[in-house]
Amino acid sequence: MRRLLAALLIAGSQSVLAVEAGSPPPEIAGPRLDAPGQSIALSSLKGKVVYVDFWASWCAPCRISFPVLDALYRENRPRGFVVIGVNKDVSALDAKKFLAKVPVTFPLVGDANDAIAKAYDVKTMPSGYLIDRKGVVHKVHRGFTPETGPAIREEIEALLKEPS
Amino acid sequence: MRRARWIALAALLLAGCANVAPYQRGYLAREAMALDPNPGMARALEKTYSAKEAASGGASVGGGGCGCN
Repeated sequence: MRRLLAALLIAGSQSVLAVEAGSPPPEIAGPRLDAPGQSIALSSLKGKVVYVDFWASWCAPCRISFPVLDALYRENRPRGFVVIGVNKDVSALDAKKFLAKVPVTFPLVGDANDAIAKAYDVKTMPSGYLIDRKGVVHKVHRGFTPETGPAIREEIEALLKEPS
Repeated sequence: MRRARWIALAALLLAGCANVAPYQRGYLAREAMALDPNPGMARALEKTYSAKEAASGGASVGGGGCGCN
């Protein structure tokens, strides 16, 4: 009986190991939402500094984060910086409407079956994972405030100087 | 009897309740899911109600009672 109780408690709880600084990022691969016919894979971006951002149209701070991330992307792209936006909207139309208001130039992927968000164990919207040139998570940003942008800028600056 | 109790416990733990992950809140964020989709309208109705019913303070407002709004 005790064993059964333990089994039930384990079944009732849900524990996944969250991706934190120092761990290797789970793979993100799929067709691009912003460019039909093209696809993107995180594993193919080794040697670059990557910022993986989980966003949705219903996420209010994403309205602040998107212009900041896009500016960082445009500025640092030639030096090897990429942003990947993982969309968590229920309908693609919501995402489209949001992008019409807050347009960005970095690649976006969908995650309809929650596989990517589950693999990362996303705890807050938005969540950003800054990955260094060696392909290791350097820093996790949960939430987005006006201070987050300058902090990311500094971190990118330092990571871009590292050898790949 | 004991078995029934265990079955009840199993039903409690295994059924129904699902965790809604932070990244799954698309449906919850819809306007129709809000407790109060239109706060301005609700406030106006509350003000009218309290004036017409002479019940100022009846809807979680501090003070009142003079009916003079």
